[in-house]
Amino acid sequence: MYGRMARWLLVILIVLALDLWINWPGTSFLQIGTWSRDVRIRQGLDLQGGLQVLLEADVADNVVVTNSDMQTVRTVIENRVNGLGVTEPIVQVSGTRRILVELPGFEKTEDAIALIKETGLLEFVDAGATRLVEGAKVMTDARAGNAPAQPTPSATAATEGLTPTAAPTPSETVYHTVMTGAALDTVGVGTDSLGSPSIDFKLTSEGSKVFAEYTSANIGTYLAIVLDGKVISSPVIKNAITDGQGQISGSFTIESANQLAVQLRYGALPVPLRVARTQTVGPSLGQDSLRRSMLAGAIGLGTVILFMLLYYRLPGFLADLALGLYALTSLSIYRLLPVTFTLPGIAGFILSVGMAVDANVLIFERLKEELRAGRPLQSAVEAGWSRAWPSIRDSNISTLITCSILIWFGGTFGASIVKGFAVTLAIGVLVSMFTAIIATRTLLHLVLDRIDFSKRHGWFGV
Amino acid sequence: MDIIGKRYWFFGVSLLIIIPGLIALGLGGMKPGIDFTGGSLIEVQFDSGAAPEPQAVRQTVQAVVGEDVIVQSSGTSGALIKLKPIDEATQQDILASLSKEYGAVTVLQFESVGPAVGNEVAQRAAGAVALASVAIALYVTYAFRRVPNAFRFGVAAITSLVHDVLVLLGLEALLGLFLGWEADALFLTAVLTVIGFSVHDTIVVFDRIRENQTLHRRIPFETVVNHSIVQTLDRSINTTLTVLLTLFALALFGGGTTRHFIVILLIGMFSGTYSSVFNAAAILVVWENRDWQHWFRRRPAPSSPG
Repeated sequence: MYGRMARWLLVILIVLALDLWINWPGTSFLQIGTWSRDVRIRQGLDLQGGLQVLLEADVADNVVVTNSDMQTVRTVIENRVNGLGVTEPIVQVSGTRRILVELPGFEKTEDAIALIKETGLLEFVDAGATRLVEGAKVMTDARAGNAPAQPTPSATAATEGLTPTAAPTPSETVYHTVMTGAALDTVGVGTDSLGSPSIDFKLTSEGSKVFAEYTSANIGTYLAIVLDGKVISSPVIKNAITDGQGQISGSFTIESANQLAVQLRYGALPVPLRVARTQTVGPSLGQDSLRRSMLAGAIGLGTVILFMLLYYRLPGFLADLALGLYALTSLSIYRLLPVTFTLPGIAGFILSVGMAVDANVLIFERLKEELRAGRPLQSAVEAGWSRAWPSIRDSNISTLITCSILIWFGGTFGASIVKGFAVTLAIGVLVSMFTAIIATRTLLHLVLDRIDFSKRHGWFGV
Repeated sequence: MDIIGKRYWFFGVSLLIIIPGLIALGLGGMKPGIDFTGGSLIEVQFDSGAAPEPQAVRQTVQAVVGEDVIVQSSGTSGALIKLKPIDEATQQDILASLSKEYGAVTVLQFESVGPAVGNEVAQRAAGAVALASVAIALYVTYAFRRVPNAFRFGVAAITSLVHDVLVLLGLEALLGLFLGWEADALFLTAVLTVIGFSVHDTIVVFDRIRENQTLHRRIPFETVVNHSIVQTLDRSINTTLTVLLTLFALALFGGGTTRHFIVILLIGMFSGTYSSVFNAAAILVVWENRDWQHWFRRRPAPSSPG
């Protein structure tokens, strides 16, 4: 018995030490050997503002952009943006031909635009007998046919210098687009027959048909791979590809092959896009709201602490200590994961404080009941824990079930506020299982082992 | 304390809240926000530091878009403009005429949700609520599998959960009708959270019934249930009190944007505890005693007040 408590005490002290290390004022970066982590608290778009970019399908108004095309575009951009390392970016289809990208706390506007600009239309272009130089700009019929004749007046100012496609000059050759990146199913890096790195790709069934027809008819010609009007590779068709599986070999290094594979994969947009507008979102609620929520949290927490102390006396005091550990540990987890703080997220955290206390209330009520029934103190303490456990377990599992559904729901349509709330709540439930049950119990045993309370039931609020 | 004996009074109180809510719901009181319907939201700040009357802003914006526009003041120098989904060009036009009329404005936020996305969200939302209810009912039935009639516990838990959802939907509709509140994604989050916690309380009561049933096999079920409710009453009140205290602090001091969300949570938490204490276990008794056999008789059943 004593050994188990001693072990838990050790665990509690380690957790406390870690909490203090992570949350020490001024700490923004942790490092142990090669492991390192930025532990600053991330604030969501609603607290600190951030960057919002609106993208628009760069096709003529009469060209229909299907919903599934836009969903694909969204996924592609999401993958791109995730590479920025921004926490909880939001990529959302807005209307029928737009994508809204929100980057909370991201300030490097230029970087974001460069990244999204790069995310463009991938084409397999019929270059005939000419080998197009890598990096050369070419015009293709897929783009020429769709480029808007006149940019809209409102867009002019905002998109200045962002639109990569200039209107084609009459003398420019317009190459034929065989197919776009939408026809690509999977792309990976492999090795060719000579053992040098190559790009292996697999086409969708429709893509396979188009590709089979085209390659059988054009063996020996160049098939340039063009991303956003820029040639990124210029392979020769060596033989007809009828099974939808192909290989691009050339003078690749592993790095350049990887890079191209990534471009093929993530650049595989079914429709070309242009940056219609970039905007830095001012904090809709701002630091004032953050301050108010913090104040509310402090008042709420203070009231709960006072209540526990007055109503449950000694165990209440220990539960309050455990509550302090709970708050610190939750904060550590938010910093480590990291969890982006939004206003609902803060609400979720404050709410979970109330829930963390619930486990203690359950146990202490039980403890009081057992004392009133005449049980000796030690066995009443044991009974309090063991009998309250099934309801704590079952009720917490049902909360976790709701949380996981909320996380799924929030994640599927980019409502990061919903997700943020559910994540903080779930973390709260898990952490409270440790602090409210194990930590409080260990502390209580620690006290009971040293001081004899068996005749002083008033200390337990009975 | 006889709670179970007065069960029909407590059912009555629930209906007193739920029925007006359902009527408000029927009257179209529930106003889905732009998260579900699609639409635009522009929040601007007037650089002069003093916002013009919302009514005046509305007329200026309507002169541009010519359709229903809602303007609310936001802070001392800002305005929140809600309208149908608009494109970038229209937004620029609106801003241009606002600055012409009232001096320079800064856009704090602009959001435009297309109806298609809104539709998708609404469908997913309904799915999320249904999924949560089913998952919890299954879990409760599983957790109480050793108790006779475990299925009844599951059904009673869902009934109390549906009770809480109806209370929230109804009150939201009433608030929508009288105060113009809109149900947004956060409202949905509040509902789902309440579903989770309502079951929290229900399980605590049920757990005690489970325990007492094995301890006192000869005592009538009704007495066991009433005893269990009374035994857990302190806990139910104290827990709800701590949660409500924190929520009250948030509602009073937490600022405007989350207030709607917090108020819904507050009501939901209260309703959740109420239904767990006064309704959920009572349903088990109604089922056990087959009360419905007495419902339409002239003489009331011994245990029910009428």
